[in-house]
Amino acid sequence: MSWLLPYPLLSAALLVLWLLLNQSVSSGQIVLGAVLAVLASWAMAALRPEKPHIRRPGVALRLAGMVLIDILRSNIAVGRIILGSRQPGMNAGFLSIPLELRSRHGLAVLSIIITSTPGTIWVNYDAAQGTLLLHVLDLSDETAWIRLIKDRYERRLIEIFE
Amino acid sequence: MSALAILGWAIIAAQVMLGLSMCCATYRLVVGPRAQDRILGLDSLYVSAMLMLITFGVRTGSTLYFEAALVIGLLGFVSTVALAKFLMRGEVIE
Amino acid sequence: MSATGTLPAWAALLTAFCLLVGATVTLIGSLGLLRLRTFYARVHAPTLGTTVGMASILAGSALCFSVLETRPVVHEVLIAVFVTLTTPVTLMLLARAALYRDRREGIKAVPAADVEVDQTPPG
Repeated sequence: MSWLLPYPLLSAALLVLWLLLNQSVSSGQIVLGAVLAVLASWAMAALRPEKPHIRRPGVALRLAGMVLIDILRSNIAVGRIILGSRQPGMNAGFLSIPLELRSRHGLAVLSIIITSTPGTIWVNYDAAQGTLLLHVLDLSDETAWIRLIKDRYERRLIEIFE
Repeated sequence: MSALAILGWAIIAAQVMLGLSMCCATYRLVVGPRAQDRILGLDSLYVSAMLMLITFGVRTGSTLYFEAALVIGLLGFVSTVALAKFLMRGEVIE
Repeated sequence: MSATGTLPAWAALLTAFCLLVGATVTLIGSLGLLRLRTFYARVHAPTLGTTVGMASILAGSALCFSVLETRPVVHEVLIAVFVTLTTPVTLMLLARAALYRDRREGIKAVPAADVEVDQTPPG
């Protein structure tokens, strides 16, 4: 079975993408989409990427919910900074955080979480030392940001991916 | 005032606001002051244009605009990545 | 306006609300492009439009078409997933390019590289 579907999640996602793009669930489209998805996953297998191991789907779902809430909250916070403060961006600054997370997939997910949350941007990751360079729009409380990223995101990502 | 009239006015208001945000992005694109500011302006111009196309779709009730929005999103991603790469290396393809 | 003529009142009001919220948030984000002083502060501004702004407008559009065509029209999810995955990549690349340029010009406001600047592969 594994020779047919080396990356089952990828193939399933591609099939869903195909059906959404064509806006139909007719059997012909399903067959065509499935063939394309399997072919694409073979092409992907030729690249030999590292396989992610998602250990705890429950934790992953809870993390997704938390990220959604955080995005909403920081949207409001950043909007308030832009509209409300007299000199917006006065408190902006860089922040360096040592990370224990080493899994590449975990780091990729963490970078998407951090960057798509308004107010924080992932700038650089030093793989040799494991330090992450962030830019934060409202850097009035450095320890709060470090605690947010380490306790709220990194711990759960370690649980999921390592 | 009927609900549909409210929807009509809301669509016009949303389009005006998206147009204004396109103007802000264009200002950043034209004024700069540095190359990375211009690319940032271009990127948010793409995003606003994509959202504008979706509101056009709601206004006319046709799903054709969806494909156009998807294409604009794709083009915006590729061009911004290429330009950012260019800023770092001075060339796009190595 | 004729195409949306058959929309029931609740769907019309909800769509109007979603579109207005999304457009307002996007506008606030773009105003940030004007008002924020430094480039690194400005990088944060477009993320408003690409998170809540985009999600809200897409939700309005999905709702409107689902009610109009009396079947779930969810292909807006594609744009949402696509934008969520690509915006971090573009902004990260831009921030790193800006940092690289600033370091090369010796601007003091950015953190210095640990290694010699020209040796760190920025790709």
